[in-house]
This record gives sequence, C-alpha cells and structure tokens, in this order.
Amino acid sequence: MDLSRTYNMRATKDGFGRGIAEIATLNEKIVVLGADITASVGLGVFRDRFPNRFFSFGIAEQNVASVAAGLALEGLLPVFSTYATFVTTRCLDQVRVSIAYNNLKVIIGGAHAGILVGPDGATHQALEDIAIMRAIPRMTVISPCDAMQVEKAVKKAVEECKGPIYIRFGREPVPEFTNSDQEFEIGKTQLLKDGEDVTIIATGHMVWESLLATKILEQSGISCQVVNCHTIKPIDQSGILSFAKKTGKIVTVEEHQVLGGLGSAVSEVLSTQFPCPMLILGINDTFGESGSPRELFKKYQIDSESIARKVEIFLKQEL
Amino acid sequence: MTRDSNVSELINITFQVRLDILEMLTLAKSGHLGGSLGVTDIVVSLYFNLLRHSPENPRWELRDRVVLSAGHLAPALYATLARAGYFPIEELKTLRQLGTRLQGHPSLGVELPGIETSSGSLGQGLGIAVGMALAAKIKQQNHKVVSIHGDGELQEGAIWEAAMSASHYKLSNLVAIVDRNQLQIDGHTEDVLSLEPLAEKWKAFGWEVKQCNGNDIKDFIQVFNSVGFHGTKPTVILANTIMGYGVPSIENDNRWHGKVPTNDEYESFKEQLRKKYRDIFGRSSAQPK
Repeated sequence: MDLSRTYNMRATKDGFGRGIAEIATLNEKIVVLGADITASVGLGVFRDRFPNRFFSFGIAEQNVASVAAGLALEGLLPVFSTYATFVTTRCLDQVRVSIAYNNLKVIIGGAHAGILVGPDGATHQALEDIAIMRAIPRMTVISPCDAMQVEKAVKKAVEECKGPIYIRFGREPVPEFTNSDQEFEIGKTQLLKDGEDVTIIATGHMVWESLLATKILEQSGISCQVVNCHTIKPIDQSGILSFAKKTGKIVTVEEHQVLGGLGSAVSEVLSTQFPCPMLILGINDTFGESGSPRELFKKYQIDSESIARKVEIFLKQEL
Repeated sequence: MTRDSNVSELINITFQVRLDILEMLTLAKSGHLGGSLGVTDIVVSLYFNLLRHSPENPRWELRDRVVLSAGHLAPALYATLARAGYFPIEELKTLRQLGTRLQGHPSLGVELPGIETSSGSLGQGLGIAVGMALAAKIKQQNHKVVSIHGDGELQEGAIWEAAMSASHYKLSNLVAIVDRNQLQIDGHTEDVLSLEPLAEKWKAFGWEVKQCNGNDIKDFIQVFNSVGFHGTKPTVILANTIMGYGVPSIENDNRWHGKVPTNDEYESFKEQLRKKYRDIFGRSSAQPK
C-alpha cells in the first residue's frame, strides 16, 4: 500500500451502481426496485441501461422489501437500496421475516452509511446498521473500503451468496486505493500494511483513515499493521486470531456505534478464543449531527489524527 | 390440476377440516382457533375447487400461488393442504411441537409441501404477493396469485403501500381476500381502529372490489369466478365471515382469537360442529358423508 501517492476520489455508492449494472449484463435474473432515490444511491446507471428490469416503488420501504421477497420467491434476484438508516430500520421487520426468514437471496444496499454523509444530520447518518443487520440470521454483512471494492463485493455476492446480503456504502468521494487486480473474498480480511506493535482492524471509510494514522504513528516509532475487515458477517475468525497472535494488541475502527458493530464482532472472536487487550473506536452511543464530513470525523474522533492519538495512549497503557 | 369438487363435497371437506382444526389446537394447547374456523370455507374452496395446483408436484411452475398473509390462520391452511394430499393427515397432530414442519406460523424453511412463504408478522403478505404477481408478468406466466388477510391486518400501513403498488403495476393476476370477521384481539375492528368505509378505500387505491359471504361456499366461489384476471386492476374480495364459524358457542367472540379448547370443551365443540353441519346439510338437501 503506497500512502505517498494520490488516489482518485470516488463515492463508494458509485461502485455499487456500477457493480450491479455490470453483473446484470451476465445475470438476467437481476431486477432493481427503486425507492425514489434511485440515482442518489448509485442505481441510476442500471435504470438507464435496463429500463425493463427496473421497477419503481416510491417512498415505501416496507413494501419494497416485501415485494423483493416475492420476486425472489419466484426465482428472480432483486436488488434494492435506500439510505442505510431506512433500509435497516424502517423496513427491518420485512427484511427479517419476508427476506431473511425465507432465506431469500436479495441484495440490500445501505447507502449514505456512516457519519460522513455530513450536513443532512443525525436522521440520515446510519450508525447502527451493522449491529442491526448482523444480528439477523442468514444475513451476510459487507462494508467495503472504497468504490472499487464495493463493485467487487456486489459481483461476488451475486456469484457466491445463497441468502440475503447487506452491503454498506457512503456518499462522499473517498480515495479509491484498492485496484482491480486485488483479490476480494467475502468473509476474508485483507492485510493492507504489515507491522509489529499493534493491529488496527478497520472497516469501510475507516480503513483509509487508519492507513493514514499509521504514518503518524510511525513518527512516534510505532509499527502498526492495518487490516481491512470488509466482511463483518461471516467474520474472518482465523484471520483475526492470527493478527492478534502476532501483535498481541488489537484496535478496531468503524464509522458506526461501538455497540454491536465491528468491534463487537472482533471481540466476540478474541474474548472466547484468544483474549488480548483491545481498543474499540467508533461512535460512542450518541446520535450524529450536521456538519462537514471532515469536521464530523474530527469531532467524533475517528479521523486519522484522533485514531493515531488514541492508539498511542492505548499502547502506553498496555505497556 | 384443477379440483372441481361440487358444493356438497366441499361442505363435507370443510366439516373435516374444522374437526382437524379443533383436534390440532386441542393437542397443541396453543394457537388461533376463532379465525382458523372462520376462514376454512375460503381456504377449502380455493384448494378443492378454484385453484390450479398439484399436491404431487407442489413446486409446479404453473400453479396458482397462495400467500397466507394472516399467518396465524395456519391451522386452516395446514388441515386443508393435508386433506388435499400435500402431506400425511397424521402430521397435523404435530402442530407447534418441537421438530414439526407445522410451525406456529407458516415457515418456508421447514419445507412443508404447499407453503409458498413464511408469514406471521402481519401486513407483509400483500407485498410478497405483489412481488409474485409482478414476477409472473415479467416471466409472462398466467397463473393467479391469491393472498389471504385478516381484516385487523389492514390497519398495517404496509398493506396500503402494497395496495398502491399493485394497482400501479396493473396486477390483474392478483386477488387479495380479506377475512372480514370484524374482530381482532382487542375487540371489534371499528372500535379498535375503524376500517370502514373499506370498499371505498380499496376502490380509491385502484382495486376492483367484490364482496361475498365468506362462510357460504357457493357465494364465495361465484364471486371468485367473476374475477376477470385479465383486466387492468387487482381485485380484492371482502369476504364477510364469522369468527369461530361452526361452533355456535364461540362464534363472534373475539376471546377465541388466540384461545384453545380444554379437553372438555373439545368434546362439546365437536358435538356443536356435528349439529351445525346436520343443519347445513338439512338446508342444502345434500347429505353428510
């Protein structure tokens, strides 16, 4: 991972839209259900390319989820997406019963996830979606780190998954630092940077912030490895154990509540199989607020500087 | 296949199904008796006369689909499916017991033949039926999709989201049947949260509306057969029923929504049911088997 170069900025939602549109040329079963904000969640590309496979259902998320179930029961592969706040809470019962209990393959896109969505404020900042979705049996939960990876996740999900899939992504352009050759395997972590003293396991936008944090930590002589945990469920147990065994200390970072998210998933593995000191960084049981994305990252202390500072304190405490 | 049992044969089957329901719930010691008895004539008419389906080949591509949105009415569906030959009648006795395929509410995961979808959380079945009906249009198949709802269930907002989408997509292959017994757990629907004017509501949502006596097999079949299926609108049948139909001492009594008989009550209910059917057959000049 070359942190000295500049990467293209691209919103992860664009990766979702492009991934669906591309895989749809190969898989004729794919249909997309619109919930009014089609272009806003990246699905405008699909609608333009496959107007006969796009169905508008308006601002009615509960119905969208149930209709998706009905289509899947008939052998189609429905995809729908709206803001992650709505798609995981407004229609949660439909997702749970109509889709997951029926064990149906439906791709659910959680758009505008995290606090990075900024000025819209707390109602539109999904900070609980990972916790909610990973508690639902049969649900695969994926939180890719950049647009390229969202695209790959979508394609892999279509090719490999059997049941429901939740893919989380954001709106703001972020560095696209993975490349098309990089392998992507659902359920496997990716070691992006090697190090000796501590392992940072991050997900989504926080992977890039964590990589930047390691540059700051290096100045203090701390060697830090960074792992991208793009699949929260199923969690990569053997990967996480091997990282913990190597560095003995684990930090998790997520743009999500610390209650029930990536940190919880990692600690469920480590506390039962290899207890070790852990620091869980994320949003601490509070709603977000309006502000610019960078301001919010800083205020809620999940920007690279805050991550570096907290990791340093954590390591001193553990010495 | 289409079963086209005549009315007196159908009445015989409903008698048997109602006996099954009484026995199943008495054995299970939990479940929903009133609604199951009330909806029996509708479910039996569908499977033994109106629908195209194949108990020997439950996943037959061209079958008509039934979504029991009011999943708590499962005993009526289970008993009817068993009587139609989908699975052994003996299995009805396992209702709600550990390891059973007859879950408290229908479950797709346990692979009970004839079950199209899991249900039990009210208000979701119409959306599922919309998805199935839309899939049929996409695949240019001409089977019917039938959903069955409780009237109290219509208080769920998701029903009206689905209703809007069904007329938007002109799903003429979809028929929603409302078991209009006017009762829900807390009391009379019009006291709990009024539904009327119900026919006008559905009309305003772009549906063809039909009404019938849902405990009168002849009337229900006639009304169902009058559905066009090829027009531009989905159809709703508001079927007026009596909760607990067949056992006079519990008819129209919402306390029997989710209650089951004691062993003594079971004997009394069976006796009441036999008497009721003697009266029904007396009126129709048909003979009980």
